Order: sequence, then C-alpha cells, then structure tokens
Amino acid sequence: MRTRLRVAIASGKGGTGKTTVATSLALVLADAGSVEFLDCDVEEPNAHLFLKPTIERREKVEMPVPQVDEDRCTRCGRCAEVCQFKAIAVLKDSVLTFPELCHGCTGCWVLCPEQAISATGREIGTVESGWASARPTRLEGAEGQVRCVGFHHGWLRVGEAMSVPLIRAVKRQAREADFTVLDAPPGTSCPVVESVKDADVVVLVTEPTPFGLNDLELAADMAAAMGRVAAVVVNRAGIGDGRVRGFCRSRGLPLLLEVPFDRRIAEAYSRGEPLVAAFPAYRAKFAELGRSLQGLARR
Amino acid sequence: MKIAITTSGTDLDAPVDPRFGRARSFVIYDTESGQWSVLDNAQNLAAAQGAGIQAATAVVNAGAQAVLTGNCGPKAFRTLAAGKVAVYTDVSGSVREAIERFLSGTLQPAAQASVDAHSGIGL
Amino acid sequence: MKQLVVISGKGGTGKTTVVGSFAALAERPVLADCDVDAADLHLLLSPAVRHAEDFTGPLRPVFDGALCTGCGLCVEKCAFNALETADGSVPVLDAIACEGCALCSFVCPAQAITMRRVVAGRWFVSDTRFGPLVHARLGVAQENSGKLVTLVRNRAAEIAAESGAQWLLIDGSPGIGCPVIASLAGADAVLIVAEPTLSGRSDLERVARLAAGFRIPTLVCVNKWDINEALTRQIEAESAAAGCRVVGRIPYDDAVSRSIVQGVPLVEHDDGPAARALRTVWNTLAEG
Repeated sequence: MRTRLRVAIASGKGGTGKTTVATSLALVLADAGSVEFLDCDVEEPNAHLFLKPTIERREKVEMPVPQVDEDRCTRCGRCAEVCQFKAIAVLKDSVLTFPELCHGCTGCWVLCPEQAISATGREIGTVESGWASARPTRLEGAEGQVRCVGFHHGWLRVGEAMSVPLIRAVKRQAREADFTVLDAPPGTSCPVVESVKDADVVVLVTEPTPFGLNDLELAADMAAAMGRVAAVVVNRAGIGDGRVRGFCRSRGLPLLLEVPFDRRIAEAYSRGEPLVAAFPAYRAKFAELGRSLQGLARR
Repeated sequence: MKIAITTSGTDLDAPVDPRFGRARSFVIYDTESGQWSVLDNAQNLAAAQGAGIQAATAVVNAGAQAVLTGNCGPKAFRTLAAGKVAVYTDVSGSVREAIERFLSGTLQPAAQASVDAHSGIGL
Repeated sequence: MKQLVVISGKGGTGKTTVVGSFAALAERPVLADCDVDAADLHLLLSPAVRHAEDFTGPLRPVFDGALCTGCGLCVEKCAFNALETADGSVPVLDAIACEGCALCSFVCPAQAITMRRVVAGRWFVSDTRFGPLVHARLGVAQENSGKLVTLVRNRAAEIAAESGAQWLLIDGSPGIGCPVIASLAGADAVLIVAEPTLSGRSDLERVARLAAGFRIPTLVCVNKWDINEALTRQIEAESAAAGCRVVGRIPYDDAVSRSIVQGVPLVEHDDGPAARALRTVWNTLAEG
C-alpha cells in the first residue's frame, strides 16, 4: 500500500499534549485507512499507556563499539588519535575502550593499521512492536471489524546517553500504511529532528502561555530549517493569552485545532484514557484535523 | 619511582590542583633522584569530554606509578587503574607538601573515583 | 554551596515554575537553565544579559573542491550516511546526520577534507534580581549532546563558588538522555517534579532510576496533585519505597498560568494554594 500521509507530532515545550493529539489522531484515522503508530520518545514513552497495544515482538538494539585484539595491537595509538569522542585510550601495556562514549563511527577499526579492532555490541535499548485496537473496548459493538493500529516504540536503557540510534530502530519497524503517525519527544534538537525529518507535515502542539509560545517559535524554526510543512494545534486553550494565535498568523502557520482547557480532560488523561475515547465528540474534530493535514501535505 | 602531582602552577611551590582531568599541569617527580619535570595539560582544559581519560593516559605513559590530586572522576580512575597507577585523592597544599606527605607514608590510596563524571568545580 | 537540579522525566510537570519560585525564596542563589533546547526560565526572571558568547560545538567536514577527485570513498565509509555525491562531484553534507567523527577526513586519499568547528548556539550570563543566571540557546536543529549543558552548569558553578552563593539552582530538561545526564553531574540533590498521571508515573520511575544510578539523593514532589489523588498517593508511596524523599505536594492552581503570563515567579504573584505549597516544599527541602 502506498503511504498517503506521514505526520509527525512535535512541540518545543514538553507536556503540551503531543501524545494526546497523536494517539487520538491515530485512532480516528483508523476509520479511513491503515495506520502505523510510532512512539519516537524512546527516553520516556507514553503512548502505550493510552493505546494499550498487544506487543508481539521485542528486540534488543545494539550499537557497534570497538573491541581490541591485544595480540595484534602494536600500541601505535592511531585509534586514540582518530577518535573524536575519546572512547579509546592507548596505554603502555593495554588499550582501554569506553563504550559509553562511542558514537559508532567505525573510524578506529577502519583506520587501525594492524586490523586489530573489531566491532562488538553495546545495548542501547529495546524496540517493541505490536498492534492496538482502534475502537476502545467500552464502545466496541459486535458488528463490524475491529480496526487495528500498528504500534511501535522503544525503551532507551536508563543511563544510555544517545537516543537517536534507538529512534532510528523504532522507525525501521514500521510497515507501509495509508497513515503513519509519529509521536516525537519534546524539544527541538537531534532526537526530534530524527523523528520529524521525513514527515509530510509536522503538527506543533502548544499551549497559549509564554512558555508555550517561546518554545513554539523554536519548534517552528526547526521545522522550517528542515523544510517541513508545519501546522499548529493549541491545547489547553483559554489558560493564557492570545499571543500564540498572533504568532501563528504572523508566521502563516495554519492553526488547525484548539482543545480548550477542561479539568475533566486532564483527569481522563491522568487515567490513560485517549481524548477521543473519553470524549467521543472529539472524534469529528480529529477527523477534520486528519483531512486538513492531508490537504497541507499535498501542497 | 615516578609520581605525578596535579598543579595549577609549574613548580614545587605551586598549589595542588583539585581537578585531575583539567588540571593545568602535572609535576612528574622521581622519588629516588629528586629530579622533576612539568607535564603540560593545556590541551585538556577546554575538552568537552574525555579530558580525564587523556590526562590519565599521559600520566601513565610518562611512567608515573602514583597520582596525587584533589579529585578524580570515574573514567580517569579507570584509566589510571588499568595503567597500574595508584590514585591519592583529597590532597591539597603545595606540590612540595604533597610529595612530603606521600614520602612519609601518611597518604591513603583511593579505592574508587572521588567525584562523578564532569563534576568540574565545587563539590 | 548546594547544587540542586530540578528534573521531571515527563515534560510539562512544572520544573521551570518551581525553579522560578525557588529563585525568589532561596538566599543568594545562582541560577542555571540547563534546558538549552527549550529554555524558559528567563521568562520569569527578567534577566539583563551582561555577557554573551558563541558556543562552538561539533566538527563538520569542509571540502576543498580543487583537491577532491570525486572518488566517493568518504561517502562509502561514512557510518551515518551523511555524505552524498552525484557522479564524481564534491560530496554534499547532511549536517544533521553528520556526527563529527572526522573519519571522512582521515580516509580521503586527496587530503581534500578539513574539519571545522561550527557555532551551534549561544550562551549568556545575566543578572536577575535574585542572582546571576547562566542560560543558553542551542542552535536550530542542532545536536544536544550535553556539551552546552555542561558549559552552562560549570560556568554557573564557578560563579557560585566565586560569589560565595549558598545555592546553585538548576532547571533541567525532560527525558533521561544526554542533556539530563550532563545536568546531573556534580549535583548534591535532585528534585523530581512529578504529575499524578499514568504517563507521569511511568516517566518518574525511569528518571528516578537514572538519578539513583548516579547515587544522588533524590527528592520528589507531586505537582497538580488534586487532578488524581489516588495516583498521587501511589506515586508518593512508590517513590518512598525506592529511597526518594517526598518533600510535599502542590495543588492545581490557575494562578500558575497567570503568573507565567505576567512573567513573574508564582510566589511573587500571589499567596494562593499553589504558592503556599511551593513555599512549604522549599522550606522542607532547604532544611534537609
């Protein structure tokens, strides 16, 4: 099946509602075609708490790090010279490697004149794949098929510094689908860049406060620097001021949806209930969001 | 034997530098002959990471069998241990005083790193 | 001088709000905003920048077109697929995929590649009415390896040591990766600001494990606790069982948003329920 729409949900600020928007969007898009959901926040994955997937596959992900054959090593020091990350130290009688600093660039083993270095693995985390039901059990009737959403996420090993290689591994799990929804981590730097870089459209979720606005601007700059089409969803509308709306207008960023602040929404979220499950009236709004995004992506 | 002492100066009256990886220099002192030289550590001062490893490598390769310093981070400690260098932390005062204390046997070697990685200044 | 780092695991739990008020409550603090990716603390402290500097971060290859023979060896060897070439022309760099490993420069048979440091952000030392603030802005779409975080933290620690400050208060970032790890180094204590949601609980467990791995005393406080009281109690019990010290709870209060809109710390804005709870948390923490 041809991929029709690849949408990434990001934000500068954390806690604005990315997962809320991403999970509800995926659940509603399941009515219109096949959906693959990728939770790219491998440091702190949350989407599984809302989509409650059945996990069918679990794989350890490793990064290649150097291993030195001390018998072949002549202590020439070339490896330590080329390593930009100081992950290898050549002492008089031994060679030490620091796998936690290694970026997997392969430089040391490519350049070792004695071919004394080979690759071994360092575990950076796990990826899990499965599927989630697109109709919450409460509303399931006997009629019709249960729609499924393909689900993939990753768990970064606690203490592992680098998340980008694991995000790449999560993305590789996804199958072709009509709709691919990527839930990005917060921020605007490398993990987010990796998550959104091949999206047809990036949805920036924000809140109408100075923090939300400040970070939205950074996120909009990031999307623009990457040549991504961007649109905005305002969550907790009504709690701050109107500057976010003004900003969207001035930057020509389509404001596609506003979800008003409502304590009941916050409470449902706290219990792990997707927005469209707890408040079915939102299904229509998310279907509309989906259509708007398809329109934007086509331009 | 040769011992290395971290210092923010360049001679025996200079103070012991509380940092290891980013110490300004090391005095390499030969306890038998009393001869000493200075090993400059300037290239590591600005390094974002790996300063401890590089400084430790330099100290090991200079033939030192002990290091006297204020603090020592985990990667530096590991590198020094691999090079069979004993690490003495919590050393202060002048380089000369530190050497005297070492020679009189009043210093205890550290069993592990005294600070976390990248602790920089202040404990 | 005590170094307190405020983190959360989950984003949006209220770190910056908490640090902003701690700045007003602490005696002679130095502040550091280590959320260099999406810095917000300055929005509450009205800083006057007195020193600004470029942050030169990663290395990137520069190609000498005159020397390049178009052999494509660099493209082939790059482990990150950061180089692309079309028919023997000078390779084009994907600066975002590039990790600055310099392997291309080493393998190039024509010595046509040199590595140059790129300006990846800007950092600042500012004065605020509570004390000096060190903060930064990472460049758009840059790698957040923790280097800039370390720079901000170390500079703030230096200022604190020089000025004899009692507290170094550090606003951390969400997650558990490089930037968070870099902000934890040297901390005397960590405060995790939690929220009573399933997501918040899941994220708290992971970041608490990270702090425990660094052997840093960990404090926990649940913000917006009344959104879900049962979860609040569960989180407090689980945190205590994991060896964390629970230092208080803060109720949901829409005064928080109003104080952010006004650009002032909550405890200066009003004396409502959240403000009072924040003062209690600070007093509990500062005593212990």
